[in-house]
Amino acid sequence: MMQGILLSGSGDIDVMVHGLMKYSFFGHEVWITTTHVSLLFVMLILIVFSIIAGRAIKKGAEVPGGFQNVVELIVEKLDGMVNTTMGKNGAKYYNYIGVVFIFILFSNISGLLGLRPPTADYGVTFPLGILTFILIHFNQFKYQKPKDIWKDMCSPLPPWLPIWFPINVISELAVPVSLSLRLFANVLSGTIMMALIYGILGWIATIWPAALHVYFDLFSGAIQTYVFCMLTMTYISNAIGEEA
Amino acid sequence: MEFNESFILGCSAIGAGLAVIAGIGPGVGQGIAAGHAAAAVGRNPGAKSSITSTMILGQAVAETTGLYGLLVAILLLFVKPLLW
Repeated sequence: MMQGILLSGSGDIDVMVHGLMKYSFFGHEVWITTTHVSLLFVMLILIVFSIIAGRAIKKGAEVPGGFQNVVELIVEKLDGMVNTTMGKNGAKYYNYIGVVFIFILFSNISGLLGLRPPTADYGVTFPLGILTFILIHFNQFKYQKPKDIWKDMCSPLPPWLPIWFPINVISELAVPVSLSLRLFANVLSGTIMMALIYGILGWIATIWPAALHVYFDLFSGAIQTYVFCMLTMTYISNAIGEEA
Repeated sequence: MEFNESFILGCSAIGAGLAVIAGIGPGVGQGIAAGHAAAAVGRNPGAKSSITSTMILGQAVAETTGLYGLLVAILLLFVKPLLW
């Protein structure tokens, strides 16, 4: 049967998540996939980096030089980003936003190391969206009165007429889905483009795809990381409101 | 009526092609956002950094609809839900 090169799913073009090893988990069949392996590599890199950075900071000099300078620059930039977006609430979220930023950034650019980026798997990005969702609603219930939340949820109409309530609930539930789908689809489209170029062109694609890697992996990955963190911070500071 | 596999695959390919037409909308929207941001920087060069971050945020939100079209196309081509 004649099938297109894309539809056949075989050949050199390879973008899907592959199962590597199967084991039984309480009677369920669970696979160790390529995503787990890439995540392990990313975690390994980040753990080694943070151990080295922690050592460098612990015996840091008054006037930083070399590696200590780089670490301080990274921390300062991340803290500055959180501060400009969240204002005086920012200090509590330095750690969370910094960790998420570095994790997503390294996951996105791990395509340069020949790994399949872990964020091109919906099972990785959806938990990140769920974390944002939990943070939004935790802060909403912590800082706002229940009456104000109810007023917000019925927002275009007066609070005694909750016709708009179901629509607002759906728009709240759409936040984590759209956040995670945005990150997932961007990274997946970059992965698919690179796989198409390498798969279809064969030996012609030797050195020049490096320029495309710069765009699809570095530029797109960095922009999406920034957008994910900015949106998370904006939603959280909206949930905290004015009075905090 | 019974359809064979190649017919369904061909129709999936046509559907995927139609789905990525969704990319027109975000293209126009992001272009408008970038143009207005450029005009704003020209009017007030001091606010360049905050204009840039606002523009990127707005463009990322506008991009989502195009990405949904892309996801539909990818699902049609690689997951082949119509063959199940």
